[in-house]
Formats: sequence, C-alpha cells, structure tokens
Amino acid sequence: MTGKILTANRVDDGLVVFLNGRGEWAEALSEAWLGEHDSTIAEFEDIASAAGAGTEVTDVYLFDAERDGDEFVPAHIRERIRALGPTVRMDLGKQAEGIGGAFNALG
Amino acid sequence: MYRYDEFDHRFVRERTTQFRDQVTRRLSGELTEDEFKPLRLMNGVYLQLHAYMLRVAVPYGTLSAPQMRQLAMIAERYDRGYGHFTTRQNIQYNWPALKDLPDVLDHLAEVEMHAIQTSGNCIRNVTTDQWAGVAADEIADPRPICELLRQWSSLHPEFSFLPRKFKIAVTGAPQDRAAVAVHDIGLHMHRNADGEAGWEVLAGGGQGRTPMIAVTVRDWLPERELLPYLEAVMRVYNLHGRRDNKYKARIKILIHELGAEEFRRQVEEEFARAGTPEVEVEQRELARIAAYFAPPAYEDLQDVSTEFELAKNGNRDFANWAKINVAEHKAPGYAIVNISLKPVDGIPGDATTEEMNLVADLSERYSANEIRITHRQNLVLPYVRKRDLFAVWSALNDAGLAIANLGHLGDIIACPGMDYCALATARSIPIAQDISRKFADLKRQYDVGPLTINISGCINACGHHHVAHIGILGVDKKGKEFYQITLGGASDENASIGKILGPGFSGEEVPDAIEKIIETYIAIRGESETFLQTYRRVGADPFKEALYATA
Ligand code: SF4
Repeated sequence: MTGKILTANRVDDGLVVFLNGRGEWAEALSEAWLGEHDSTIAEFEDIASAAGAGTEVTDVYLFDAERDGDEFVPAHIRERIRALGPTVRMDLGKQAEGIGGAFNALG
Repeated sequence: MYRYDEFDHRFVRERTTQFRDQVTRRLSGELTEDEFKPLRLMNGVYLQLHAYMLRVAVPYGTLSAPQMRQLAMIAERYDRGYGHFTTRQNIQYNWPALKDLPDVLDHLAEVEMHAIQTSGNCIRNVTTDQWAGVAADEIADPRPICELLRQWSSLHPEFSFLPRKFKIAVTGAPQDRAAVAVHDIGLHMHRNADGEAGWEVLAGGGQGRTPMIAVTVRDWLPERELLPYLEAVMRVYNLHGRRDNKYKARIKILIHELGAEEFRRQVEEEFARAGTPEVEVEQRELARIAAYFAPPAYEDLQDVSTEFELAKNGNRDFANWAKINVAEHKAPGYAIVNISLKPVDGIPGDATTEEMNLVADLSERYSANEIRITHRQNLVLPYVRKRDLFAVWSALNDAGLAIANLGHLGDIIACPGMDYCALATARSIPIAQDISRKFADLKRQYDVGPLTINISGCINACGHHHVAHIGILGVDKKGKEFYQITLGGASDENASIGKILGPGFSGEEVPDAIEKIIETYIAIRGESETFLQTYRRVGADPFKEALYATA
C-alpha cells in the first residue's frame, strides 16, 4: 500500500522528524502516520502549513512511502537516506540509534 | 600570519551577539522560519538533509594551530567528532544543534574566526593558492591583495546588492593553483616585458549549471591600478546584470551575451572615464596588510638536507611520500608538506577531532604554527624544514595520514552529495570510495601519473567536476542515481571545461568505466604524456569507443 508521510526538521536541533498518528513529531520513521486516502493527505497539508509557521519544526513536506510489514519504506532514495542517516557513516544518524528501519537506502 | 584588526573583531562579536538573540527569538516563536532563514544563512547556518550545517570561513585557507585546535574542539563538543574540509577552503560541521550555534560562534570568535558572509548575493570569501607565500614558483604572495579586495568589497555599497553571489580568486604564481579562470573575477600575477610584476584580470568564469572559462579582460595591469580597474568591471556588470532571472545574472552570462570584445571595450571606457583616484591610500593599506602575512623568520639553511636524503634512502614509503606530497619551497632548506585527506575508502575532506589536533600539534612543532586548507580538500604544513620531514612523516604515518597520493588518482574531490546535502541529486562520496578501492595500489597510481577525478552530487558543481581531467556528475534518472562522465577539464593556467563522454552510468558501473578510460590512456599515451595531454591530443573518440563500443 502506498501513501504519503509528513516530514520536517526539528527547529532546535535540526534532526529529521515524521508526523505520527497522535499529531506529534517522531524521530523514527516506523512511528510515522502513512496517509493513504485523499482526505488524510488534505489534512496533512493543513497540518503542514500550520506547523511550518510554528516553533517546533521547519521545512515541512510530504513524501511517498510504501508499507512493508511493520515499517514504511520511502519511495525515493533521498528520503530513505534521511530516514536512516548517511550511507557512508553507518555509525551516525537514525540507523546508528536503532530507529532507522530495516530497509536499505539503495532500495 | 593573518590577524583581524580591531574593526573586524568588534564586528564579529556584534554579529554573534545578534545571532544569539535571533536564535532565542526563533526558538520562542517570535521569529518565523521565513524571517529567520536569511539571518541564519548570513551566519553560515544551512539546513541540510539530516540536520543543520555550519560553514566556517577560513580566510585564504590559512589557519593557526590554536584555530585548528578550536575547530577540533567544536567538532568534539558540538558535532560528531569530525568536520568536512570543502573545495571552498572552509570547514563544515554536519550535525550542530541550532540552540548550540551561538556558543559555537562565540568559540570561533575567541580564535578570531567566524561563519559570516559565506552565503548570499555578495562577494564571497576571496580564495587563493594554498601555497601562497611559500611556493617556489611564486612571484609575490597574493594574500595582501586578497585581503584588500575583501575589505574593498565588504565596505563598498555597490556590492551589497549584487544580482548573484560573486566569487573572486587570486594567484601570485605562474602555475595557477587557485582556479582563477573559473571564478567571476580571477587575478593572475605575471611579469611584463620590463620584469615588473602586475595583474592579468580575468572575468566571467564559473562552474555550476553553465560552466565557462573566464576571458582575459586585461592581460597586464600595474598593481596600483587594480582596484579602480575592478571598480570599472563591477560598474559595467551592475549596469547590465540581469536580476530578473537567477540563472542568468552571473557575470559570465553577461560577458557571453555582450561578447568578450564589447565587455572589454566598456570596461576600458569606464576605467578611462573614472580615472585612478586614491591610489596612495591603497598602497599604504596594502603595505599595512602585507605585514600581517609576513613569513616567519626563516633559518639560514642549506637547501640540501643530509638528514632528509639519508631518510629517503632508508625508507621507501617515506621517499615516495616525499616525492609525491612534498612541494618545493621558496626558502632554502624548507619544504611544503601536503597532507592528503583521501585514504582508500575514506570520505574526501573529512577529518576527525584527533586528526585536526595532530595536525595542529605538528604545525606548532614544525611549521611556524600555520596550516593551510586546499580546494582539493587536503591540508598543508607550509613551513617545514627539510631535516624535519621524516619526523613529520612518521607522526602522520602513525595516524594513517601519510597517504602518498597527492595529485594522483586517489586524491579525489567529492562534494558531500546526497549523503548530507539537501540539494543533491545523487551521492558523491560512495563513488569516490569505490574508485579509491579499485585503484588502491599506489604503484599503479604512479604509473598512471598526474590525474584529477572530481565528483559533484548535483549541477551546482561544488565538487568541481567540470574542471577535472575525469569529472563525474551525479544526476537523478527516474528516481535512481546516475552518473555522467566528462573528460578533459582542467583548472590550472590552461583551464578547460570537460566534455560529456556519452550516456551515463549507474553507480556500480562507474569504477569499471574509469578503469576503461585509464586503460585506454595507458594504451595510447605517448612518451611521458600525461592523461590530459593525451586527451587533448587524441580527443574523446578512443575513450568513447572503449566505453560504448558494443561487443
Ligand atoms: S554539488 Fe550539489 S550535492 Fe554537491 S554539495 Fe554542492 S549542492 Fe550539494
């Protein structure tokens, strides 16, 4: 099942976050809320414009992802790298903290 | 060595205090991101793929040992234990938190450093030869002129609202190591027929989306006329500069559209009209600045060092490193040590806190406290006595930093690419790593000879791929990384833009493609002909055939 996920960078430390089902910004992609219907995506767009004007996150946008078992896999390599960390430094980023996801950046 | 004068110091402190206030107001919600973004960019803070990035200016690529130690400390305390030296001769931190950045800027100010003016439509830091002041072939140290230009441009109202960012490079040596022909303005020192040193003025070079080699506007100009002449160049540019289209407003586009002849004519006319006022003031200022860049007190040494010669005879690795990474110095008995930040499988330009501290220690002990950063993402110890070379090499070797590949195949430039950069269309670093593994054998690298491979992760060309002997540009092809190969670029005094060889390759295919290009060169090269010379003699066809001929 494909859908869209709302992502941003946190203002205070700049780290990548994803909107979860409780309307909070989570660090792990696995906690994200995958919007699969037009109505959810419309709601995402409202949340995005409100959040973009706030103090918690910045650079809010949607990306395409797919559900794969328990996790979500972004469609594009750029978003996979954002969700994991640099492919050349496996010791850094979310992948190093165990919140990256089991998928591979290269797809 | 270069120090701020009082004015700069106060200015930097004020800006840091302002930025602290701006960050507080951003975090409290008083400032929106739209309001805050231009302010953070002015202070060198970018938002990248994973986090904020701080770009710290290193004027003329020149650092003191205490400054390098402070950079190392910041990497340790506020980042993840490393920094990235870039092709703009500065350092970037990849993971700082916004809330810490005012403290980081304070720590930088403690050692007279800052992150100001590394972005926006203004004149960027002026760049120069990494061997300025020490290269054996140099006519004069270009840094005083760089500094004069920096002051001139930062105080000049006409430059505050340039149509686009503006880059200047200066070299004081016949061999151009500052890539002056691919900058908006390039200055290249020459002697005229009477032996007097003066400046060739180039304009309209650039990389990015529309790469161009600069045209020579004036082939020789006495130094006292330089600023008035550049004023004339800027006025002609500002008069025509197209601010309506951000891809068209660069000076290179203007010169292209007007034609080099007409541009020259207008500049000369403007120069003649305005005359050359205030010359004495500048000469006094130049003399004052030059004192900042005065070389250390050289010891009176024999040029040949017996210790050095003996050490080379006793250790082949040291001898190779000395041949490849050590350059001729202008002072007898001294040498320029180049520290390659390009180990096999490494990340070009990255240095850890420990590595930065080691280089700081070595500079303190052996190089008059001074370090340089090169646009090829390497470091330099500019004042090493030949008799100390073995000791320096041994310390570097113990730390894995005596990599004897300078100017050779392993000395690859790579921009951060999609592993870090928000603008990237593909990754750069893994391609550099794959190539470095494939050609890890130094003997093979020496057999191939001087060769530059530069990789950019998007058309912005921070990895200088257009001016590499072999350039690699990462593009996005239907959501997949793809790489275009160009051949024949150069950034030296015979600069040229590389030409695309043909259809691109997937990342996995790139190392084999490079291998075929190298094999082709080796098969057809003339006696002691470099890769670039061979390419310029035979053109692209043999390489195309090797890469694309159907079996
Ligand atoms: S060339 Fe592109 S990908 Fe590489 S650092 Fe510059 S903007 Fe980023």
